[in-house]
Amino acid sequence: MEKPLLENRLNVNRRHFLGKLGLGVGGVALGSLLAPDIFKSTGEEGEGLPLGFKHFASKAKRVIYLFQNGAPSQLESFDYKPKLNKMFGEDLPESIRGGQRLTGMTANQEKFPLVGSKFAFSQYGQSGAWVSELFPDIAKIVDDICVIKTMHTEAINHDPALTFMQTGAQVGNRPSMGAWLSYGLGSENKNLPAFCVLLSRGRGNGQGVYSKLWTNGFLDSIHQGVQFSSGEDPILYLNNPEGMDMASRRKMLDHLASLNEMGYREFGDPEIHAKIKQYEMAYRMQTAVPEITDLSKEPDHIIKMYGPDCLVPGTYAANCLLARKLSESGVRFVQLYHQGWDQHGNLVGEMPMQAQDVDRASAALVTDLKQRGLLDETLVIWGGEFGRTNYCQGKLTKENYGRDHHPRCYSLWMAGGGIKAGITYGKTDEFGYNIVEDPVHVHDLHATILHLIGLNHEKLTFKHLGRRFRLTDVHGKLVKGIIA
Amino acid sequence: MALLHLFCGNGSLEMLQSMKVNIKRRSLYFGISTLLIAAIFFTQCQPSAGVADIPDKVDFNFHIRPILSDKCFACHGPDANQRKEELRLDTREGALAALKDYHNRYAIVPGKAEDSEVYIRISSADTTQVMPPASSNMKLSDREIKLIKKWIDQGAEYKPHWSFVAPQPVTPPAVKNESWITNEIDHFMLAKMEETGLSPNQRADKYHLLKRVSFDLLGLPPSLELQERFINDTSPEAYEKLVDELLTSPHYGEKMAIHWLDVARYADSHGYQDDGLRTMWPWRDWVIHAFNQNYPYDQFLTWQLAGDLLPDKTKETILATGFNRNHKITQEGGVIDEEYRIEYVTDRTNTFGKAFLGLTFECAKCHDHKYDPISQKDYFSTFAFFNHVPEKGIFGTIDASFADPPNMQITEEDIKNLLTFINKKDTTKLEVMVMKDSMGLRNTHILTRGNYDAKAEEVYADTPEAILKYDTTKLGNNRLGLTRWLLDPAHPLTSRVFVNRIWQEIFGRGIVKTAGDFGMQGDLPSHPELLDWLALDFMNNGWDIKRLVKKIVMSSTYTQSSEINKKKLEKDPENIYLSRANRTRLGAEMVRDHVLTSSGLLNPEIGGPSVKPYQPEGIWESSTSGRGLLQTYIQDHGDDLYRRGMYTFIKRTVPPPMMLMYDASNRDQCEVRRLTTNTPLQALVMLNDPTVLEASRVLSEKLVVTPLSVEEKVEKAFRLILCRQPNEKEKVLLTTYFQDELERFARHPEEAGKFITIGEFPKQEAEDDIEVAALMQVIHTIYNMEEAITKS
Repeated sequence: MEKPLLENRLNVNRRHFLGKLGLGVGGVALGSLLAPDIFKSTGEEGEGLPLGFKHFASKAKRVIYLFQNGAPSQLESFDYKPKLNKMFGEDLPESIRGGQRLTGMTANQEKFPLVGSKFAFSQYGQSGAWVSELFPDIAKIVDDICVIKTMHTEAINHDPALTFMQTGAQVGNRPSMGAWLSYGLGSENKNLPAFCVLLSRGRGNGQGVYSKLWTNGFLDSIHQGVQFSSGEDPILYLNNPEGMDMASRRKMLDHLASLNEMGYREFGDPEIHAKIKQYEMAYRMQTAVPEITDLSKEPDHIIKMYGPDCLVPGTYAANCLLARKLSESGVRFVQLYHQGWDQHGNLVGEMPMQAQDVDRASAALVTDLKQRGLLDETLVIWGGEFGRTNYCQGKLTKENYGRDHHPRCYSLWMAGGGIKAGITYGKTDEFGYNIVEDPVHVHDLHATILHLIGLNHEKLTFKHLGRRFRLTDVHGKLVKGIIA
Repeated sequence: MALLHLFCGNGSLEMLQSMKVNIKRRSLYFGISTLLIAAIFFTQCQPSAGVADIPDKVDFNFHIRPILSDKCFACHGPDANQRKEELRLDTREGALAALKDYHNRYAIVPGKAEDSEVYIRISSADTTQVMPPASSNMKLSDREIKLIKKWIDQGAEYKPHWSFVAPQPVTPPAVKNESWITNEIDHFMLAKMEETGLSPNQRADKYHLLKRVSFDLLGLPPSLELQERFINDTSPEAYEKLVDELLTSPHYGEKMAIHWLDVARYADSHGYQDDGLRTMWPWRDWVIHAFNQNYPYDQFLTWQLAGDLLPDKTKETILATGFNRNHKITQEGGVIDEEYRIEYVTDRTNTFGKAFLGLTFECAKCHDHKYDPISQKDYFSTFAFFNHVPEKGIFGTIDASFADPPNMQITEEDIKNLLTFINKKDTTKLEVMVMKDSMGLRNTHILTRGNYDAKAEEVYADTPEAILKYDTTKLGNNRLGLTRWLLDPAHPLTSRVFVNRIWQEIFGRGIVKTAGDFGMQGDLPSHPELLDWLALDFMNNGWDIKRLVKKIVMSSTYTQSSEINKKKLEKDPENIYLSRANRTRLGAEMVRDHVLTSSGLLNPEIGGPSVKPYQPEGIWESSTSGRGLLQTYIQDHGDDLYRRGMYTFIKRTVPPPMMLMYDASNRDQCEVRRLTTNTPLQALVMLNDPTVLEASRVLSEKLVVTPLSVEEKVEKAFRLILCRQPNEKEKVLLTTYFQDELERFARHPEEAGKFITIGEFPKQEAEDDIEVAALMQVIHTIYNMEEAITKS
């Protein structure tokens, strides 16, 4: 893959360099130390560097994205449609379906029998938002969040839809949202990566995740999401081998630096100094990361808030708590994926288990951030890759049903970071099938997320293979109605 | 690449302060930093300094087109649908025509910039008038405006884009310093250096040269035996003999194949989210074989693109067509068949464009190309060549197929007689995906906005005429015709694109830096005449790849030392003029191969099913969809732990982590160039990956049982890993370190015991744990030296 200008990420021309000086000396001086080529005129605009500054002032500094992988049903969570209960078993009118293409799983179904939520809905908070009984804890924080009922996407299958949500394109190897943010703003913490990824799995029917979702694409690999694991090494290869303690490691690195310095004297290659610095950074990460990932020292009231699962590494609850700690330490983008939301069948059996795994910890994260005074500067996002059909896939009984993929509308909520709290945005029809007011396309969501963190989605570009790429491609409108 | 991403933020002023102090302290010792400070100061005071001079004669291809293409063509270029005000600047005719709304005004009036609307608008101070408009977020620099003015004043001459004109015969230019020249390459390189005021470095010493050429040709370090033989061979032909010897090694094919596997997006799984197992490794074995047999490039290319259509096709030529089946295939239940089938044909078309033409074809799938003369119709006409495969978007279920049809069975008989290069190790049935055409199966249409279900006008097999006209009556309308078109002596791209990539793989940077974009937005060649000379030389000598490689590594340009002095760093920081050898970090596979080879652990077996060496636990498991054979990583044991990096199993959705950290391709799509980055995660790999630690232990064990002195043991390890003798200081440092570690482990024998258990390779009997641990620690430090995994 072509990655022009990347070998020297700070290889900017003089004009751009000066432009940067006016906006923030920090990035420049740091960069120049390690990338002397900064002063070379390339005749190109300086693209490829972490810009290290915002396009405009904003509240949000960091993002935590709680991705519900597999697509939770909006009809059993936030989009209350009593009409579907009344029309139980009746066929979806063709006028409503309006030529929507179907996945291979229901394309051969003769009928599309409507089915309403088996789970009861009530209104909560000052805002009176509707939430199903599956999410009692999220119901308690509705006045802190903004529920968008009118998300819509283009893809109808998991892989392209997930890829679209995370990279702004259904196919191809484009940088993910976290990589764009890392590129745009860099990290606030010198010992931690700017973009961290945490995985967990629920008990429902699952869909895989893949490293392409946190890829740097054509950006420098330093913008790649760093996957944390619940195993012994929270970051791959972080731990020293047995028989090697930190003091021995330190000694080794000192010797190594001396040897490399001799190499520098022979070759005069500035790359050698960069290498020495990378080793020092690795050493600092060896201390900083275990401190962050050690959740055992969290006080009781925090453990209680997130639930006992948060002490079991690798659970969604533990990841939520870890996300808060990482974010609090300055990690720009923490991306969680929780698998298991693909209820084609046995929705009534699986969805309560899925909801149980995520409800308490999701709400706790928002509350925890709020109590620490961090919610204003942290944008929390909760949602999946598309919605689910209002009709049953497979056998419909009084007791159970399944729902297929539905791209035309789904629900997602956000909190903090300059989002209007306590509102519900957009309206779907009474069938829960089409949007009637205020649609929010995936590109619009991306534009808005970037805006909230101080980046103009039309200006955050990277030139690759002759074209300036953006997270939002050539689309995206700000959703002004949800911005505080 | 030099930067710590983790502190590029705007929040660490404190860091900044300490770094500033650092600069000052260091600058006492190192000239570079001093220079930096001076430069910062200078730049702040004199913002206009450094604007390159405007040349006497402005050249369209080198000066003007890059500006127009980058800043103007998006709205005034080849894409008819996006064209504003019906003005196009990509053709002279368009630029000289009267403007749509002002019939007495012209975008360009040759010889009269002041009367040309283009110049008036780009130099306008009025924000409602200025071009490019503010909404584009783009601006022309003063220099760019001056260049355009001068070009118009000089007559606004247009020229065809350089890469669409067939290479022209060139005579290597004369140089002053004749004595430096080894072959034609040096004429071109030295002429440019002399023009720029640079002079080449002296020849590299034999140790560095040997390491460099050994990695470039085999991807492996030289053995101690070879080091000694080469160092002691004082004959003038010593180096050439070495090169010839390396070129006949069976590991040459492996090294050459690594790059081709990126181009061909080879992997061991289907990709997409279920990501089941596939069997394409026999195709990979063929690639290695093809390079080792030195199949000429025309044959290499023809077999891969059309081996199934040859009149004298064999199972080998058909196997080669697996190239076009290496793309990802979905197994996700419920996908729409045609949507994904179109995706596969798209992948083949894009790969064809990038791999063989060095063009960004993919840009023309949804609309006419914005910069290059590839219309959407051209795109789908090329697409038509790949659209006759009797395949499905989704075939069967995840567990059903490791080789979706069309496929070919490879029998024991085949392997005995014809496909002898396939390293089949058991008696299971072997099936690989190959190409096949069922003509008349389907027609090809332009797909509006690239959507699979939006069929528009029907199109027929053809290629973009701007490259070279495709004569259907002569060539036919299938892939075999397409290969003949590629190999037409008048074809402007095929040879250039390939020699450029060979150059890139050896020097770390192509003559055209954007190896995947020879179009108008790509970089211009640094040495256009050399590129043409090499391209023609390659074609005229039977597309002989080994000959090309030898020519390059024999040149004085290649054999220079890599020492960098201040003047060169200042004048040519990117080393475009190659007045010194580049110091480049080894690629991901080679990092592994070096560690295994130098420690003596390498299993040099060639080909066969991919293997699963050590991998941190839980990586596959934490992201699987729960379907198919690749849910859990079942690590191999014994010899299979020590195979070369290129044989490590590639599961596309979870590629081997060490490989990704070292910038290997994720094999998602065709890639023709890897980046080289430098990150703390790479440092962690070298520090803590069991592969590196095990290699350190095993090499230590081997040395401990020898009667060598401590100094000799350290020296031997050093020579194996750095491929040169340590100097006195290095020797002292390392032996002192050894003594320190010896004492530490003697105080803590239990630590030594734990330290030397790393890896599955059996421990030596009756060894001295303390000594093994101490020497292991020293060896591990040597492996972590910057120079260890650098070609210098």
